[in-house]
Amino acid sequence: MINLIRIELIKIFGKWRTYIGFIAIGLLVPIIQTALYFTGDDYINMVTRGFQETFLMVGNLLNGYFIANLVLNSLFIHIPFLIVLVGGDILAGEATAGTYRMLLVRPVSRFEIITSKFIAGIIYVISLIAWLAFLSLGISLLVFGSGELITFRDKLIIFAADDVLWRFFYAYLYSILSMTTVFSLSFLFSSFVENAIGPIIGSMALIIILLILSAIPIDFFNAIQPYFFTTHMPKWSHFFSDEIDYYEITKSALFLAGYSFLFFTIAAGIFIKKDILS
Amino acid sequence: MNNTIIEISGLTKKFGSLTAVDNLDLKVYKGDIFGFLGPNGAGKSTTIRMLLSLIKPTSGSIKIFGLSVKHDHKKIMRRIGAIVEKPDFYLYLTAYKNLEILGRLSGADISKNKIMEMLELVGLASRYKSKVKTFSHGMKQRLGLAQALLHDPELIILDEPTTGLDPQGMKEIRELILYLSREKGKTIFLSSHILHEIEMIANRMIIINRGKKIVEGNVSELLRSDRMNVFFEVSDPLKAVEVVKEVTGNQDVKSDSNKITLSLTQREISELNRKFVEKGIEVYSIVPVRSLEEYFLKITEGAKND
Repeated sequence: MINLIRIELIKIFGKWRTYIGFIAIGLLVPIIQTALYFTGDDYINMVTRGFQETFLMVGNLLNGYFIANLVLNSLFIHIPFLIVLVGGDILAGEATAGTYRMLLVRPVSRFEIITSKFIAGIIYVISLIAWLAFLSLGISLLVFGSGELITFRDKLIIFAADDVLWRFFYAYLYSILSMTTVFSLSFLFSSFVENAIGPIIGSMALIIILLILSAIPIDFFNAIQPYFFTTHMPKWSHFFSDEIDYYEITKSALFLAGYSFLFFTIAAGIFIKKDILS
Repeated sequence: MNNTIIEISGLTKKFGSLTAVDNLDLKVYKGDIFGFLGPNGAGKSTTIRMLLSLIKPTSGSIKIFGLSVKHDHKKIMRRIGAIVEKPDFYLYLTAYKNLEILGRLSGADISKNKIMEMLELVGLASRYKSKVKTFSHGMKQRLGLAQALLHDPELIILDEPTTGLDPQGMKEIRELILYLSREKGKTIFLSSHILHEIEMIANRMIIINRGKKIVEGNVSELLRSDRMNVFFEVSDPLKAVEVVKEVTGNQDVKSDSNKITLSLTQREISELNRKFVEKGIEVYSIVPVRSLEEYFLKITEGAKND
């Protein structure tokens, strides 16, 4: 299996489209960092204006933690669109290229092939989130230094500098799970067809539809919202609460893991039974 | 000892209302170069895909090396090399990397030397670092052969391996197939829609049309015929036509430029050639012409008469 996963990784990282996500994050994060480097103090003043009469703000508020949190909040909703570029192509791309005819006439079972593709895809997701963490947290800490993290989720919360790093660790870990669910969805769609465009657009469309439905304040939508995987994706932000609701986080994590497993199982079932006509 | 390598019984594949392969039976024996012949759309590729578990039969059974394709996929595939239709590769990877990946998947211990040896065999050693997207169709076809031979399989399944090749490329592939059969003792299952190609290299063959077997047997026996179409290229076609009328009694002979095509027995070919020379007509070439379509017509007409 390790051999198969290594082969799948060679294929994923041999394609140009794989790097679109890395390039997009590699461009966006430095742009945000540069903008904050020059105008960050004004931004901090603006967001803390309401509290400046009550609190005395001292220390390095425009620090690496603040920027990493800001980047994660800003980009989290868009990263799925980068993930589906690879997820939608991973099975359909082989069908389009006709390479299934080479791949499936080897002494390897179809289950092994699809499992290795799925695991390789998760490794891609991990590497993309790691890249985001490296740029937004690692580089920001180097350039802007450390300090207390100030957040504005429902209320103003200030975390001590030595109480932040572990929160980021778990937030990134949770993000990997969220993005794995997105990857699994596009992976499933990819098993249906023989062209990557459909799964990519289909996955994006479904995510957008679910996000829109979640935003409409109608009772019916509110009732079904907990069953949307998109509802559970942004729960990483709970790690930046003063009192972390571990029950809620675990429930959402299980939901996402369950959806990922379901998507993979259906995709595997389709792939194993599929006639290869391409 | 059982010498049967492939045994297909009652194989049928339906796509909705279309029956692509209809109750097909065939046997391929060890050491055969087995020609699998039929026009485009006859069901050749569908059969090959079922042999390789790419598609599932609607009914019937396939045994390779005495093992069931349905239940012993891995064991069988370790001993098979195949090209199915046109060879498609990971275009963004080099020829070497493609073979390395496919070699690893074959379960054999494929060394760098082995990969280079295969690339050398198919004449692509100098391009091992080139991405496959820069390859011509012929080069991809040869790389396809390299990947099929990489793990030293006992059975090689080739689906129209000369399609899209120039005459020199076709000749090289034919020579390679003969070399693999004679020198390496491989069993070859070769599909084609060109009768002449099968006639040149196969010892046994089957012809299918619309998914059904039309005829199966020894190539030389099946193609043996009292009369065959022969194409003469001569220096003086008008004079040659008169000679033909005199020898064969056929008054309806026409020439096209310096070529005459006739239906003759072997004895008539020899006699006609002698007469042409006696009458001072130079004979540049005598080529038997036998297309699959003509052969089909002949055997289907024969079946009607029976």
